[in-house]
Amino acid sequence: MSFQPVKFYQTGTLTVGNRLLAPDERSVQANQMRSNSINSGHRACQGCGEALGARYAIDAAMAESNGQLIAVNATGCLEVFSTPYPESSWQVPWIHSLFGNAPAVATGVMAAMKVKGKTEVRVVAQGGDGGTTDIGFGCLSGMFERNDDVLYICYDNEAYMNTGVQRSSATPPAARTATTMPVGAEPGNVFGQGKNVPEIAMAHNIPYVATATVADLRDLEFKVRKAMRMHGARYIQVFVPCPLGWGTASHDTIRMARLAKETGMFPVFEAEHGEVISVLKIRHRLPVEDYLQPQKRFAHLFGKHAHPETVARIQAIADRNIRKYGLLSEESS
Amino acid sequence: MLKQTEGSKAVAEAIALCRPEVICAYPISPQTHIVEALGEMVKSGELMPCEFINVESEFAAMSVAIGASAAGARSYTATASQGLLFMVEAVYNASGLGLPIVMTVANRAIGAPINIWNDHSDSLSQRDSGWMQLFAETNQEAVDLHIQAFRLAEELSMPIMVCMDGFILTHAFERVDIPSQEQVDAYLPPFDPRQVLDPAEPVSIGAMVGPEAFMEVKYLAHAKQMQALELIPQLSAEFKKVFGRDSGGLVRTYCADDAETMIVAMGSVLGTIKDTVDEMRAEGHKIGVLGIVSYRPFPLAEVRAALMNCKRFIVLEKSLAVGMGGIVATDVRMAVTGTGLKGFTAIAGLGGRPIPKASLHKLFRQAEKEELPPVTFLDLDWDAVNKQLERERQNRHSGPIAENILHDKGIVSAKFG
Repeated sequence: MSFQPVKFYQTGTLTVGNRLLAPDERSVQANQMRSNSINSGHRACQGCGEALGARYAIDAAMAESNGQLIAVNATGCLEVFSTPYPESSWQVPWIHSLFGNAPAVATGVMAAMKVKGKTEVRVVAQGGDGGTTDIGFGCLSGMFERNDDVLYICYDNEAYMNTGVQRSSATPPAARTATTMPVGAEPGNVFGQGKNVPEIAMAHNIPYVATATVADLRDLEFKVRKAMRMHGARYIQVFVPCPLGWGTASHDTIRMARLAKETGMFPVFEAEHGEVISVLKIRHRLPVEDYLQPQKRFAHLFGKHAHPETVARIQAIADRNIRKYGLLSEESS
Repeated sequence: MLKQTEGSKAVAEAIALCRPEVICAYPISPQTHIVEALGEMVKSGELMPCEFINVESEFAAMSVAIGASAAGARSYTATASQGLLFMVEAVYNASGLGLPIVMTVANRAIGAPINIWNDHSDSLSQRDSGWMQLFAETNQEAVDLHIQAFRLAEELSMPIMVCMDGFILTHAFERVDIPSQEQVDAYLPPFDPRQVLDPAEPVSIGAMVGPEAFMEVKYLAHAKQMQALELIPQLSAEFKKVFGRDSGGLVRTYCADDAETMIVAMGSVLGTIKDTVDEMRAEGHKIGVLGIVSYRPFPLAEVRAALMNCKRFIVLEKSLAVGMGGIVATDVRMAVTGTGLKGFTAIAGLGGRPIPKASLHKLFRQAEKEELPPVTFLDLDWDAVNKQLERERQNRHSGPIAENILHDKGIVSAKFG
């Protein structure tokens, strides 16, 4: 008979198991009273980063609002896989209207709660990167500018996955998508384009902007809970790898998210009223190859017809992120 | 209370009496005065509790209304023309979700060429959107229809547009009887939503629906509009009891009993048509009028009944189905299917082109003699049209159409005759 020895620390990581923490320091997800906002049985792909991110984020928002939460969802994977009629995974009041209007619908819900004096009821809007950085951007900026009391969460998997992996304004340079194919002199998505929505959100001087990844779910929970304690427009962009769209193994979702952070490709930070107040430092600095190589969407940069100069350009982007946000600490090596 | 007031102001006061809870506003002429007045009422505390939200687009306006309505708040917005088109995706969504939003459409032409004046192209483009559409003939009726609209929308849990002619009604000062708060409260109960987002009882709204249920959902939207055909006359009768005047209903006739020629129209042009009919009646013409109040649902039976005894009818409409002819006329002809009635279509007043009595006299007389082509373009400048057509024949690179026509007409001759 085989058995596994009990380990209190996850070997090779810096993660401490929940059971060693005091109960009030444990994660929302570790609590049996968690709300299971998006319940099991939904139809996300194996290893879906968005399902994981949404589960942690909305459960954290539920915990912080004592269950007084209404969720608004943009069209996209999350909406489609969670509500195939007549089934719904949502244990919270939830509305989906359109692809590009989730922030405005959330404003409407918020206004209704305000006018009815139900100020304890809080509103979260959520969508993918396409719904947030492209088609929903006008409504998002409007909601920010009015400082409406809405927390908007963008699950960023860097392309339109629901429609078959097309480029969005969050797709990184050189990445293969269905509309940026790895052909021609400069294969994949072009350099010098794209939109940094966390920074644009900061430019609205809203109370809170943060980024997070599904590699650090405690950090995600912390930021959602913190955002929920604040009022006004708040924005969290969660980096959620997509095994299907990226061509990564479904068991590598969290590893890919960690590599994005450790290479400097995805800076993890918080900002209040337009000023960065904290960054999650890189623990072990890694070259971008470590992040790019496992992903089929970057496969054309390696192998027989490698593009080392393109990899160098991506490394330059990571280096700039590291400089700009001060992502290195003395421990980073 | 009787008041000499602007149409928009009167409508704003009527809306306020209906106790809206969320109003979203985006500026577009000619509806701006309505939301401006409401904004002031909210800001001053005269209208409360109410959230007035200045949004960044019409698409956002309708989306905010969707969220507010789904969360149980009585929601209102107003738009026109390009604004209505900009919000179209959300317009269909509101009706698909069954949310009883009330929206004023200050009817205005659709560009290009850009034009701010009145015709019915905007709301008629949304005839299949699942929204009900009521057309006001006067500012008094605009006031009354808005009050009825909230009742109707909330009874059926379906959205409704109250259409009033841009500028002709919205900016006209005339005598309007503004009801009292007690009257409106007696007529319009508080909003009791059929579905609501509530943490105490979580529901999912807006699920992905496949072929197994989609048709049923769509049929039910149609069925609700069929119910509206019964409800609209009831609400109109009830309105008369509380407010003491006839307003609303599905259709209204004028001098129709012995009419051999019937004129069918919607909106404020009915006034000019009735004046023309009075003059023609005085000369012995057997002519009458059918005004359509409810364009959606379209009252096929009532239209048929109103036209059954005439010999011919002419639909005068401020809209054009390009490549086909009339939009309203198509529905009217559907209503008289099998009767053998002779029907004509007159496209009139596009982009604010005046519809003077002299032109109507001529048109109606031709209709009486059945000397009209199936589709007539009232007061169309054929010289300008033919000149442009010739220019296009002569020159492959004839340039922009509207600018050519304006150039031909010149500033002075652009005045209306």
